Amino acid sequence: MDFDFSPVWEGWRELLHGTIVTIEITLGAIILGCLIGLVIGLGRLDPRRRIVYGLCTAYVSFIRGTPLLVQLFIWFFGLPHFGLNFPAFFCGIVGMGIYSGAYVSEIVRGAIQSIERGQMEAARSLGMPYRMAMREIVVPQAAVRMIPPLGNEFIALIKNSSLVSLLTIADLMHEGQKIIATSYRSLEVYLAVALVYFVLTNLTGLGLRLVERRLSASGLV
Amino acid sequence: MAPEPIISARGLTKSFGSVAVLKGVDFDIMPSKVSVVIGPSGSGKSTLLRCCNGLETADGGTIRICGQTLVDGGRMLPEAALNTLRRQVGMVFQSFNLFPHLSVLGNITIGPRKLRGLTDTAAEAAARRLLDKVGLAHKADAYPITLSGGQKQRVAIARALAMEPQVMLFDEPTSALDPELVGEVLQVMKDLAAEGMTMMVVTHEMGFARQVADMVSVMDHGLVLESGPPAQVFDDPQHPRTREFLQAVTTRDGPVL
Repeated sequence: MDFDFSPVWEGWRELLHGTIVTIEITLGAIILGCLIGLVIGLGRLDPRRRIVYGLCTAYVSFIRGTPLLVQLFIWFFGLPHFGLNFPAFFCGIVGMGIYSGAYVSEIVRGAIQSIERGQMEAARSLGMPYRMAMREIVVPQAAVRMIPPLGNEFIALIKNSSLVSLLTIADLMHEGQKIIATSYRSLEVYLAVALVYFVLTNLTGLGLRLVERRLSASGLV
Repeated sequence: MAPEPIISARGLTKSFGSVAVLKGVDFDIMPSKVSVVIGPSGSGKSTLLRCCNGLETADGGTIRICGQTLVDGGRMLPEAALNTLRRQVGMVFQSFNLFPHLSVLGNITIGPRKLRGLTDTAAEAAARRLLDKVGLAHKADAYPITLSGGQKQRVAIARALAMEPQVMLFDEPTSALDPELVGEVLQVMKDLAAEGMTMMVVTHEMGFARQVADMVSVMDHGLVLESGPPAQVFDDPQHPRTREFLQAVTTRDGPVL
């Protein structure tokens, strides 16, 4: 058995470019996912608000209950049948962001519900309206508790972003496959691609641990 | 003309599911008076207190507070008016409920800044005066997690006072404290009473009740058994169940002096 990593060295520009695209798509999806997750998570706090709660619950159960790849294909291959042609890059970010939003919403909801009821009661007793109490007292505390599960979600998102290579997006996975198509060195190229994902995910994990430590050192936890 | 009570409850009822916690409670607190509510666990005294700032909604009866009708026949004051009314009614919890993400100063200033429109400087100056009053001026920049239980509760009292309330509600303020820390919290409450603050205190501290209260009410099974000046309630209880309760407490803690 012989290893030949030369296609990897020769294709480093393409792999670097693909890595940047992967980071861009993932970052876009994380930002979109967090925004959606915050809104949906807040909407699922009170089952007595039937319409809001029902819509948000339907969102979570549909998005979480179907494969990401199917959702991405609907965005990119399905919607054009209705005359909705979105660029692949857009479909990648929006498709992943919407997918991630469902998971983030559960993180948001869980963290908010884990804050002791006395915090809301103390805030309301001062005379704060519900929204202000949420914004000033409950959500800042919940945000700290969201960090570890959000770390998991971000890492999953980095890895899942490899699926957008199937939407013709030239991400890391896609660039790797292009190199394989001309060099036939699948093992070496996939190992190199895996190494880049490994570095990206572990840097993310490390970064979030630092943020967590900083916050707990300043008494925020 | 006699002054109007600050808090006046009539025929209050409240159930949690099938459990009736308040079964028709009448209750008055006059301005600048300290009213202490005692009674066995589960007698409904904390629920009565929590009804008085709308943390619980009484199912039936009325509560008038600071000249407004808080609740009438299960209908609560509208949200906006309720929020305004709550600024007049300070609340101190058994478990302190300080905001852990804010410093001591932050805990005390957030209400005045966000709700009373005070500038940061004015709110901070007021907060430092209050901290001085509760003996914690040196803890202004500390975070709640670094404080003892007694210190936390004194900060919580300062936080409530920062809203300049007309009446203060205390829900078993010393029950979560180590015995040696109870005194410092009670001292702050005594000082407050001496300044003429109107106070409603749910507590098991019989000594405090006897020393500081103008009026003691004994609750049991959702009803006020009797109320009167402490000397009368403690030395000449009218209701047999009051006698039982006081006996049980004094065999545990020694006589109520």
